[in-house]
Amino acid sequence: MKCILKQMVAGSVLSVGLAAFGATAALAEQMKLAVTTSFHNSGLADVLLPEIQKDLDLEVQLLVVGTGQAIRLGEAGDVDAILVHSRKAEEAFLAAGHGTHRREIMYNDFVFIGPADDAAGIAQAGSAADALGQIARAEALFVSRGDDSGTHKKELSLWRAAGQDPEGFGSWYRAVGAGMGAALNTASGMGAYIMSDRASWLNFGNKAGLALLFAGDPVLFNQYAYLPVNPEKHDHVKTDHAAALEDWLTSAKAAKLINGYQIGGEALFVFNAE
Amino acid sequence: MSDLWLGLQQAVWLVITLNGDLVEITLRSLQVTLTALVVASALALPLAALLAVRRFRWRRSVIAVLNALMGLPPVVVGLIVYVTLSRSGPLGVLGLLFTPTAMVIAQVIIIVPLIASIAHQSLRELWSDYHDLLISMNTTQRQRIATLLWDGRRALLTAALAGFGRAIGEVGAIMVVGGNIDHATRVLTTAIALETGKGEFAMALALGFVLIALALLVNLAIHWLGQTERGGRW
Amino acid sequence: MALLPLKIEGACLGRRGRRWIGPVDLELAGQGTTIVIGPNGSGKTSLLRMMHGLERLREGSLRWSCPLEEARRKQAFVFQTPIMMRRSVLDNLAYPLRLGGMDRKAAQAEAEAWLDRVDLAPAARRDALRLSGGERQKLALARALIRSPEVLFLDEPCAALDGRATREIEAILQGASTSGTRLVMSTHDMGQARRLADEVIFVLGGRVHEYSPADRFFDQPETPQASAFLRGDIVE
Repeated sequence: MKCILKQMVAGSVLSVGLAAFGATAALAEQMKLAVTTSFHNSGLADVLLPEIQKDLDLEVQLLVVGTGQAIRLGEAGDVDAILVHSRKAEEAFLAAGHGTHRREIMYNDFVFIGPADDAAGIAQAGSAADALGQIARAEALFVSRGDDSGTHKKELSLWRAAGQDPEGFGSWYRAVGAGMGAALNTASGMGAYIMSDRASWLNFGNKAGLALLFAGDPVLFNQYAYLPVNPEKHDHVKTDHAAALEDWLTSAKAAKLINGYQIGGEALFVFNAE
Repeated sequence: MSDLWLGLQQAVWLVITLNGDLVEITLRSLQVTLTALVVASALALPLAALLAVRRFRWRRSVIAVLNALMGLPPVVVGLIVYVTLSRSGPLGVLGLLFTPTAMVIAQVIIIVPLIASIAHQSLRELWSDYHDLLISMNTTQRQRIATLLWDGRRALLTAALAGFGRAIGEVGAIMVVGGNIDHATRVLTTAIALETGKGEFAMALALGFVLIALALLVNLAIHWLGQTERGGRW
Repeated sequence: MALLPLKIEGACLGRRGRRWIGPVDLELAGQGTTIVIGPNGSGKTSLLRMMHGLERLREGSLRWSCPLEEARRKQAFVFQTPIMMRRSVLDNLAYPLRLGGMDRKAAQAEAEAWLDRVDLAPAARRDALRLSGGERQKLALARALIRSPEVLFLDEPCAALDGRATREIEAILQGASTSGTRLVMSTHDMGQARRLADEVIFVLGGRVHEYSPADRFFDQPETPQASAFLRGDIVE
């Protein structure tokens, strides 16, 4: 009796292990899209993907990585399209023939976060460059993504615009080599300044002691662009799906959803596809 | 402290409401890891037995390599599998990257050395007990291996459980090769990493508690299955 | 094809230039029971293991009268410390039959018959490792006999046993001998040697010092060392 019971349990454990594969493989149309962590952390994907599934009968599988890795995934042909926000990297990607074209979809903005008491006093700064200059002069703790992501590249370009060279910074400049969320966790733990996209910041659950101190400088605007992977380089790429998704993302319906997306009463993205 | 408490509460809530996402990623965790465990055991256990019964020229080297590979950082395994399965890699045509199969492959590579090493330790001991008897009985190599695997099954179960523990809690490799795609390759550990990244510590902890409970359950279940009718001493 | 006679010529065991057995010249033939005696450390165990093929010869040759593969199948060995497999008593006994390709049911049925014969039937389902010393040795003996070997080697099978267990073992051995199994057994129990031996091999210093029929060996040994050993003196 006990033996039979055991065999049944063993059998069911095995079937859980082996059978479920068929289920995942048998779904409808799928495509893979590499997106940046900052986009994913905004939560906008959770609004858009179900609509896309409904309208196009297309399951968009998101690979959430830094811009650097997203570009690499596109180059290797491991995804069908990428949605990123680092203009220079995008142009290099196109120049090397990895993508067919670049389509601007929307933008959001970056903000400076720091300890609520704001020892470096950046809340009163006149521009993003001023704010960074003050942090550097005060040598206040600053957490950098340090992961070659779009946000990281943006941060580096802002330092340069402020006449500073991150290479020469002292130990107050902490490059953590992590995604936005992990970097925010680190900043929260150390009471450090950090640059974040607004969406990640608003959705971040561990704000403890941190506050949004500076925003609004136009140089902080962050343009998202959609780049389908070039089928001439990788013939397995699902060009049709990628094109359908592009049409949807630039449609009036997408515009309404993107512009209407809010966290805590604040709009995050501005649709600007042409 | 409040995070821990919240996490525990949330874990209980997720479980009693049978939260759909939780059930899905838990089943996927089990599916990936149990499949990897079955495949890895099928490779590692006969290898361990062979290393115990057969003296061949590179035997010591193979054992040393296995022991060294036990400490292999999963993220390195993940990267190697990733590069291999990538569309631009040698096995790219299979299109396996970012599928559960890729995760199984990575986990198999991670736990085969572990299972083989632990299994070899105990089978070597068993072989030193049995050596004279099995030689005297004029057994073939195949019969020796089968005998060791059968009579050493309880120790081998321990080896397999160690492999299961390592695989179910692994995040570095499967994050890289699976991509943590919602509804496709998201499992408990990668979901925990994701929630941590979002600063949602309570949710991350809740998933962590579910993971611990799952590991305990599977261990107990396998131990129970492994007991013989008369209760064992090996 | 008959297994015997076994011809051993100039056989030596040793390693790294050291020789601890041999050279041994011996011809083992006929029926009955051969008892190997000699002082501790003289090489009784090694001689038996060598004949059974558990040790690799460093020099010389060892030839059975039939091809080696067949010869290996037709002999068995009982070790001084019985090797119990981590299985039930019944499965220990069925194991050699299963090796020979017999199906599970038939093997278990035959094993049960043998358990009756050696008085272990009530212990059939117990773990073999939970048996007492005497029970273990009976099980090991039954396991060696179950495939009806033509030659059975035994290395001091009763060394650690009490009188009752020894008597049981000897009864089983006499039964086997009667039904035609050639026994080659070492012992340091001179009483046992006298009870069982048809012929005696006296081993000293790793060599066969004397090999003769039992009554002649015990009545008038050829060498002074053998007489000294029989008197109970220390012999080197």
